[in-house]
Amino acid sequence: MPFIPHTEEEIRNMLNTIGVDSIDQLFDEIPAELMQFSLDAIPTGMSEMEITQLMQQRARQDGSAWSFIGAGAYDHHIPAAVWQIATRGEFYSAYTPYQAEASQGTLQLLYEFQSMMTALMDMDASNASLYDGASALGEAILMAVRANRKSKSRKVLVPRSLHPAYRATAHTVVKNQQIELVDLPFDSKTGQTDMSALAQYSGEDICALVIPQPNFFGVLEDVDALVNWAEQNKTLTIAVVNPLSMSVLKPPGQWGEAGVDICCGEGQPLGIPLSSGGPYYGFMTCRQDFVRQLPGRIIGRTVDMDGKSGFALTLQAREQHIRRSKATSNICTNQGLMVTASTIHMAIMGAEGLEKAASDSINKHQQLIERLTAIDGVEKLFDGAVFNETVLRVPMDAEELLRALAAHNVLGGYNLATHYAELGDAIMVCSTEKQTDDAVDVFADKLARIIAIRSNPGCPTKPKFD
Amino acid sequence: MLIFEQSSAGRHAYAQSGRNPTDVSAIPENLRRQNRAALPEVSEMQAVRHYTRLSQKNFSIDTNFYPLGSCTMKYNPRACNSLAMLPGIVDRHPYAPDTHSQGFMACMHDLQEMLKEVTGMKAVSLAPMAGAQGEFAGVAMIRAYHDARNDTARTEIIVPDAAHGTNPASAVMCGYKVKEIPTDASGDIDVEKLKAMVGPQTAGIMLTNPSTLGVFERRIQLIAKIVHEAGGLLYYDGANLNAILGKVRPGDMGFDVIHMNLHKTFSTPHGGGGPGAGPVGVSERLKPYLPIPMVAYNGREYSWLVEKDCPDSIGRMSAFSGNAGILLRAYIYARMLGREGMTRVAEFSTLNANYMLKRMIDAGFAPAFKDRRATHEFIITLKKQAKDLGVNAMDFAKRLLDFGVHAPTTYFPLLVPECFLIEPTESEAIDALDSFIDAMVQIQQEAEENPDMLKTAPHTMPVRRLDDVRAARELDISYFSKQR
Amino acid sequence: MSNIPEELLYTDSHEWVRDEGDNTVSVGITDHAQELLGDLVFVELPEVGDSLEQGGEAGVVESVKAASDIYSPVSGEVIEVNEELADAPETINEQPYDGGWIYKVRLSDSAELDALLNAEAYAAVVEAEDH
Repeated sequence: MPFIPHTEEEIRNMLNTIGVDSIDQLFDEIPAELMQFSLDAIPTGMSEMEITQLMQQRARQDGSAWSFIGAGAYDHHIPAAVWQIATRGEFYSAYTPYQAEASQGTLQLLYEFQSMMTALMDMDASNASLYDGASALGEAILMAVRANRKSKSRKVLVPRSLHPAYRATAHTVVKNQQIELVDLPFDSKTGQTDMSALAQYSGEDICALVIPQPNFFGVLEDVDALVNWAEQNKTLTIAVVNPLSMSVLKPPGQWGEAGVDICCGEGQPLGIPLSSGGPYYGFMTCRQDFVRQLPGRIIGRTVDMDGKSGFALTLQAREQHIRRSKATSNICTNQGLMVTASTIHMAIMGAEGLEKAASDSINKHQQLIERLTAIDGVEKLFDGAVFNETVLRVPMDAEELLRALAAHNVLGGYNLATHYAELGDAIMVCSTEKQTDDAVDVFADKLARIIAIRSNPGCPTKPKFD
Repeated sequence: MLIFEQSSAGRHAYAQSGRNPTDVSAIPENLRRQNRAALPEVSEMQAVRHYTRLSQKNFSIDTNFYPLGSCTMKYNPRACNSLAMLPGIVDRHPYAPDTHSQGFMACMHDLQEMLKEVTGMKAVSLAPMAGAQGEFAGVAMIRAYHDARNDTARTEIIVPDAAHGTNPASAVMCGYKVKEIPTDASGDIDVEKLKAMVGPQTAGIMLTNPSTLGVFERRIQLIAKIVHEAGGLLYYDGANLNAILGKVRPGDMGFDVIHMNLHKTFSTPHGGGGPGAGPVGVSERLKPYLPIPMVAYNGREYSWLVEKDCPDSIGRMSAFSGNAGILLRAYIYARMLGREGMTRVAEFSTLNANYMLKRMIDAGFAPAFKDRRATHEFIITLKKQAKDLGVNAMDFAKRLLDFGVHAPTTYFPLLVPECFLIEPTESEAIDALDSFIDAMVQIQQEAEENPDMLKTAPHTMPVRRLDDVRAARELDISYFSKQR
Repeated sequence: MSNIPEELLYTDSHEWVRDEGDNTVSVGITDHAQELLGDLVFVELPEVGDSLEQGGEAGVVESVKAASDIYSPVSGEVIEVNEELADAPETINEQPYDGGWIYKVRLSDSAELDALLNAEAYAAVVEAEDH
C-alpha cells in the first residue's frame, strides 16, 4: 500500500484498541447511501518506476526548443545551489511558521527576503509574498482603496501597456467590490502610456494610478512624470515592476519627488524556473504609513524571554484567521517555497550578479533585434527605450509565422493579436543572458526564410507543416 | 546572524555571472539606478552554509511528527518533486504553443478528470492558486449564477461559527454579507436555526464536511435540501477531504461547488507557508462560470479553454494557468495512489485518528465530542488543566516541541476553549502515534507536579518563547528599517 | 472583577461614554474589553472632523490575538482624538477610563445618551458574558 506503513497485525491491534471489528465500522456515522459508488474512471495506482517512465516520456514529448518568449515569464540562469537547498526537507516540508520557536529557519529567511525586497525597490516595508504578480496587483488595488481615505471615487487608472492577464486578474479580484478599472491608452509611437490622455483626468477624484516598469511591451515608461502627476492629483501610485530590472533601473522608491506608495510585481525572474507559469510569487512593498494595510503574512524581529533575538509572524490581527470578515484579504498561504528559493538566489547573486544578468539581457537583446530587423519587412513598432523585450511588426499573419517557426523548433515570441488587434501583425520577442549566438542564428535564419517563402507569389499560402 | 551581517564589500559569486562588464548605456540616463541595491555581498559558500544552517532550525514533516489538525501533514513523496522538475517540464514557458505542450497538458487534463471523479462533481478547473483563492472562486461562481438569473436579492452567505476564517473573508470579498449559524453540542449545525435563517436573501452556505470540529455533519442531505429549497447553493470547503477521499463524494452530498486543497489532500509541499493549489469542482449548473484557463481534449489533442470558449467564466485568477508545478506534483501523487490508494487514504487516516482518540481518552484526556467517532481528526480540550493547574493549550503545545513533536492546531476552531485539534494522517506508523500519546502523558504529569516546565517551554529550541506583543508594537520588519 | 465606574454610561459592545457637560462626550473601551483583548499593539483612531453615526464604526483596537472595531455609542462630529495612543497603545490597558480615552464627540442628538446602559446594567452584561 503506497505511503501507508500499517502491517496486518498493527491494523488488528489498532481496531482492537478502538473496540471495532473493521475499518468500515469507523464510518458508521455516515449515511450508507453516500458510500455506494465506484471510482472505475480513475486508473489503478502506479509504482514510482512506472510514473517516472510516464513523466519522462511526456517531458521528451514537449521537447526543448529555442525560446524567445517573455511576456511576463523569463528564463534566467539559476545557480544549482538555489533549488538544492530550497528542496531540503527542512524547507520543503515545513509548515507555516505559526509555532515560531520551531520555525526560526523559515522565519529568519522570510525576514531576510522582506529586507532584500525593500532594498531592491528602495521602499520602507515588504510583506512575505502573495500568490503571483497578477493577483498581487489585485491586492494592491484593494489596499489603495482602503488606504486612500481622501478619495471616494473607487476609480483606478490602468494603462493598456500593462500585461493584459494582470488587468484581467485584477478585474476578477475587484469586480464585486464596486471598484472601477479605467483604461489609459498608450502612445502608438513610443509604446509608453499616453501622458496627454492622463492629463484629461487632472482635477478628477482618482483613487490610484498603476504604473508598469518595464511595461508589457518591454518599453520603459516615463515614471517620474507619471508619479508627479499622481502626487499633484492626490492619487496613490501602484508600481508593477520586473524585480530583476530594478537592479539596473531607478527603483520605485525614487520615482518622482516622493517615490510611489505601493509597489508589486512578479518575483519569478529571481530564481524561479519557468515551470509552465507557476508556482511563482507576488511581492508587495509600500510606504511606512501604509504598512498596516499590507495584505498577506509579515515577519517581525523580536526577542525571546531570555532577550535573545528571534523572528515571528506579526500584525496577524489583520489576517483572515483572526479578523475573519473584516480581514484585509482572505489570503492564507504565501508562496513560501518560492520565496525560499528566491532569497537564496538573491544572496548568491548579490546586486552585482543581478546587475550583470540584467545588463547581459539588455545587450543580447539589442543584438537580437539588430539581426531580426535586418530582415526585410521586420521592424520595431515602438521607438521607446526597452529593457529586454521588443514588439516587432512582421510582414505576414503573426499566428502563421509563429506556427511555422515552431515547426522548426523555434518559439519565436508572443502574438499580440489577441489583446492588441490595433497593432496589426506583430510579435513580441525577448532575450535573457542565457541567449546564445547559435540560437540567434537559427532564429534569424528561419525567420528570413519563412518570410521569403511568403513573399514569393509562386508559393502556396498555407504550407503543410501540420 | 543575518546574511547581511556576513557581507563584505566586493564579495561576489563569480561562477554565477558572465564575463561581460555591466553596461547599461542602452538605458536612458534618467531611468538608470544610481546607487547599488543593498543586497548581501557574500561568497557562494557563505550563502550555502547560511541557508543550510537556517534549514536545520526548522521542524518539518521530513524530520518531525506534525499532527496539525486541518493541515494534513502527510509524507511529501520525493518523486513528486524530482519528476515535476524534469528538464522539458520545468523549463516549459507558459505561452509555449500547444504543439510543444501536449505532454504537460495531458497531465493537467488527467488531473482535472481524476479530481472530478473522486469528488463526484461534473467539471473541474485547476486555476486557483491556493485554498483561499479556490474559496473566492467558488463564492464568485455562486454570485455569477444568481446574477445571471437576475436574482440580485440574494445578499447573504451563511457560514458556521466554527468555520475557518478564510470562509467569511472570501464571502465579503465577493460583496456578500456573512450570517453565522451556530453549531450544537454534538458538533452538527443547528438545523432548526438554519431553517429560520434561509430565505430569498440566501445566496448560499459554506460548509466543511467533516466539519472543523472533526466530526461528520450527519444531516448533510437534509441541510442540502433546506438550502436548495430556499434557492441557495451549497459550497464545500475541501480542507478535510482527506477524511473521506474515495469513501464519500461531496457531489453526492449535494454540494454545488467545492474547492480542494492539494497541499493537504494531495500531498504537495507546504514549503514553509506555500505554494498551495485550490482547484474548484462544480455541478452542472455552475459549469459556465468556472475560472479559466482549463484543458480540453477532443480525443486526439489537448487545447486550452480561454475567454472566447468560456464567455461566462468568472475570469482569470493568475497571469498564467495557476500553480502548474504544484498541480504536477499532485498529479504524480494521484497516479501513484490510483483509485484504491485514494480510498485507503480515508480509511487509514480515520483509523489512525480513532486509535489516537481512544488512547488519549484512556490516558485521561477530555475529548470535545465523546460520543462521536473521530474522522481524520479530533479535538481534545485542555480547559480542565487550564482551570485546575493554570496551564493552557499553548503551554502544552510549547512543551511538546521539546519532545520533538510539532504541536497540534491550537485555538482553532474558536468554539472549543483550550483545544487541540489533532490530525495524524495516514502516513504515520503506529510508533509515531504511540510516542505522541506517551509525550502527552508525561507532559500532563509535569503539569501536575511542575507546571513551570510547561509555562516556560520550549527549552530545547533555538529560541525560548517569543515576545509577540513587542513584535507588533515595535515593528521591525526589515534589516534596513531603522536606517531610513 | 473588572472595574466599572458609576458615573459613566456604557454599550453592550464594551464602549464607555463620559458626558463632559457642554454637549460633548469622551469615548473609550472598558476595563473588561481591554482584558479580553490583551496587550494592545495599535489603535486606529477616527479623524477630527469625521461624522459618526450611533452604532457605526469609529476605529479599531488591535492586540496580537484580536482586532476589534470600536462602535460609536453616539452620533456627532469628532472634535478631538487621543494622539498619544499612536505611540503608547498600552495606555488603554493601563488606564481604560482616564489616560486611555480614545476620542471626543460633539453630540448631534443628546437624547441618544438615554439609550445607553448605566453601570449596573453594564455590570449585568459582563456577568452574563463570563458564563
